[in-house]
Amino acid sequence: MQKSTTLPPAPKKTRGESTLAVHAGEDRQKLGDSITDPIICAATFTFENTQAVVDFIEQKQPREEYGRYGNPGEKVIERKLAELENGEHALLYSSGMAAIVGLLMTKLSAGDEVVFFDECYHRSREFCTKHLSRFGVVTRQVKACDYEAMEAAVNDRTKLLVSESPTNPHLSIVDLDRFAEIGRRTGVETLIDATLATPYNVRPLDHGVDYVLHSATKYLAGHNDVLAGALIGDHEKLAPVRALRGVMGAVNSAHNIYLLERGLKTFGIRMQRQNENGQAVAEFLDGHSRVERVYYPGLESHSYHEIARQTMRGYGGLVTFLVKDADWRETGRIVDSVKIPRIAPSLGGVESLIEQPLVMSYYECSPEDRRQFGIPDNMIRMSCGIEDKEDLIADLQQALDA
Amino acid sequence: MKFRTRSIHVGNERDPETGAVVPPIHVASTYVQHQAGEWREFDYGRSGNPTRKALERTIASLEGGTHALAFASGMAATHGATMLLESGDHMVAGADIYGGTYRLLHKILSRSNVGITLANSRDLEELERAITPQTKLLWLESPGNPLMSITDLAACVEIAKRHKLLTAVDNTFATPVLTRPLELGVDIVMHSATKYLGGHSDVLGGVLVVNDDELFDRLYFTQNATGAVLGPFDSFLVSRGLKTLELRVREQCRTAEKIAAFLDADARIGRVLYPGLPGHPGHDIARRQMCGGFGAMLSFEVAGDFETAKRVVQSTKLFQLAVSLGAVESLIEQPASMSHASYDAADRAKHGIADGLIRISVGLEDADDLIADLDQAFDR
Ligand SMILES: Cc1ncc(COP(=O)(O)O)c(C=O)c1O
Ligand SMILES: Cc1ncc(COP(=O)(O)O)c(C=O)c1O
Repeated sequence: MQKSTTLPPAPKKTRGESTLAVHAGEDRQKLGDSITDPIICAATFTFENTQAVVDFIEQKQPREEYGRYGNPGEKVIERKLAELENGEHALLYSSGMAAIVGLLMTKLSAGDEVVFFDECYHRSREFCTKHLSRFGVVTRQVKACDYEAMEAAVNDRTKLLVSESPTNPHLSIVDLDRFAEIGRRTGVETLIDATLATPYNVRPLDHGVDYVLHSATKYLAGHNDVLAGALIGDHEKLAPVRALRGVMGAVNSAHNIYLLERGLKTFGIRMQRQNENGQAVAEFLDGHSRVERVYYPGLESHSYHEIARQTMRGYGGLVTFLVKDADWRETGRIVDSVKIPRIAPSLGGVESLIEQPLVMSYYECSPEDRRQFGIPDNMIRMSCGIEDKEDLIADLQQALDA
Repeated sequence: MKFRTRSIHVGNERDPETGAVVPPIHVASTYVQHQAGEWREFDYGRSGNPTRKALERTIASLEGGTHALAFASGMAATHGATMLLESGDHMVAGADIYGGTYRLLHKILSRSNVGITLANSRDLEELERAITPQTKLLWLESPGNPLMSITDLAACVEIAKRHKLLTAVDNTFATPVLTRPLELGVDIVMHSATKYLGGHSDVLGGVLVVNDDELFDRLYFTQNATGAVLGPFDSFLVSRGLKTLELRVREQCRTAEKIAAFLDADARIGRVLYPGLPGHPGHDIARRQMCGGFGAMLSFEVAGDFETAKRVVQSTKLFQLAVSLGAVESLIEQPASMSHASYDAADRAKHGIADGLIRISVGLEDADDLIADLDQAFDR
């Protein structure tokens, strides 16, 4: 099946990011005249009479039915996320993993194949190689940003091309136009996990990518107190994904939905600050004698700086670096010496977090696997929050100088 | 640590039991004790709650105080402070205090035989003249509502100290981002946390902050005895709001300055009341007293009458027609028909509240979008 190579014109955004973050997707006049959306905890929704049920089934009357199929608060978030991503439709999940699993389970059947760029969140990889394989789906991994290798890996059983951008934790930047072009040329759909970028910094759909995935747990919710995931794309392409979500049931809860909506209100100012903090921390580390290498797309020395500069508005709060001549214990001592960032997995929240990927996510991997995934012993990943950058830099300084 | 870093970390230390990055929401109304008669830190929810306590520690740090108390609303906090007074005492309050405070002083506190005198707090001589030998408390608010009048807090403190009065400041409009009254010698800071501290139009709350142990003990005793405490869910929401307080307020101030400049240059608009404009009578004091911003509230007069102003406030598409302020959503209102409707027309005129006056609370939307919205509303 060959798809057209002409891009549909992207709908023009009419409002600024901050305005969208505050208002997009919300009714101006809400239930009970509240200024904020209510938290609707209902597991089920009542019908006035039998005719109302019939009208609903015959699709004469759009409305809610049962909590697993949707919730009014969820619709608001989905509209807001779709507008922020300049997409037609969004689908909310209970976590980022639930979102990616929702898409993969819809699009892939026994005998199908999926091609991944190999720098990716380790659980996404694990789901494909350990679980999808049990259902006869083949996962092919090619080196991140090797477009020829990706295209070469496509065959007539390939159903989906997947990448993160920026990738985690190396922060490689995918040329989204090129990635989407491979998909169009080969007739395979494309997915970008844009968790680390957020729609503030890049909107993959504008580049012709089919689906955008977010762990909304991260920057979108932004306060390290919600788990959520989302898929954004065309209405028609997401319809079967939505149907399967209703069957598999990984929906989010009404309370979480409210916290996500509330978190999104400050999305613009948080991202602006996290971009600034990420850049400042990366530049500081880059100039420090104990640092061997800094991975940050905003640094000219970064392998993908040029494509980042052309396509991104900012580079986010995540900074990865290698400590010079340090083994894993010595590296751990630096992690243990910082006072402001907490030691924890995850990223994107208002409070800074720090971790050593070897220990946090790859401790049980063999050294060969770690080498293959590019996780050296002396690697530290820091997620800059919205604290004052002077405080973060002074803290890193004392930890590195200790 | 700087202000913003403290707003995120003080009171939000890693939970020692679970490691949770965000402290748990403790909903318990009572706490199991280890031994009869030996009280642990928390015993009963009215006397103390870990989630409320976490919020109190954050806000105390941000205001430069040692202790804070969180109340069920701003009015409950104000009431908590005024209960320091006893029958026969007298207090002096600024003439343009919040209407709800005015009502509390004149309709509730007055029943306890406490005398109240309102004085123009921008006229230091008038203010000092209102003080009597029975005066115990001076209550101020800056910027004042709806004319954004600026009171010189340090100068008022000097007068209060001379007369051995306690000074309390309702710091709701300025927020600790812009003004920290305790650093100017004020004894009690009060907030309607409903506004900027919570910041998302979804909590009612109030706080008192002090830096004196003895004063805290008295306020705490009253709060525990009367019971208007903030609930755990709302405490959590305010704590969450505080993490973005500085970003929100700074951005909202920048946008307000742009809107004020737009209005000031617009022929359809009469007076613009914003302390950031050089022509505002409080501009010089505001420059000194408010650090790096002039607030995100402003008022202006449209040419025309009551009906014109009413039409404008009903014609905006982003600004929403509602009282209250300080949140991410921009709000618009007509004081003559809404926030100050309970004053009679003569009183409104006396306070400078014209029928054509419009008050806006600038939210987090993009400045260009808000200006375009006002622009189209003026042409309706
Ligand atoms: C890039 C990326 N994608 C997906 C996920 C999974 O999201 P969640 O933790 O919300 O399931 C994560 C988070 O851990 C991530 O960092
Ligand atoms: C300046 C000021 N002080 C006090 C209050 C009262 O606070 P609350 O509504 O939280 O009781 C308000 C709110 O309306 C206010 O604007």
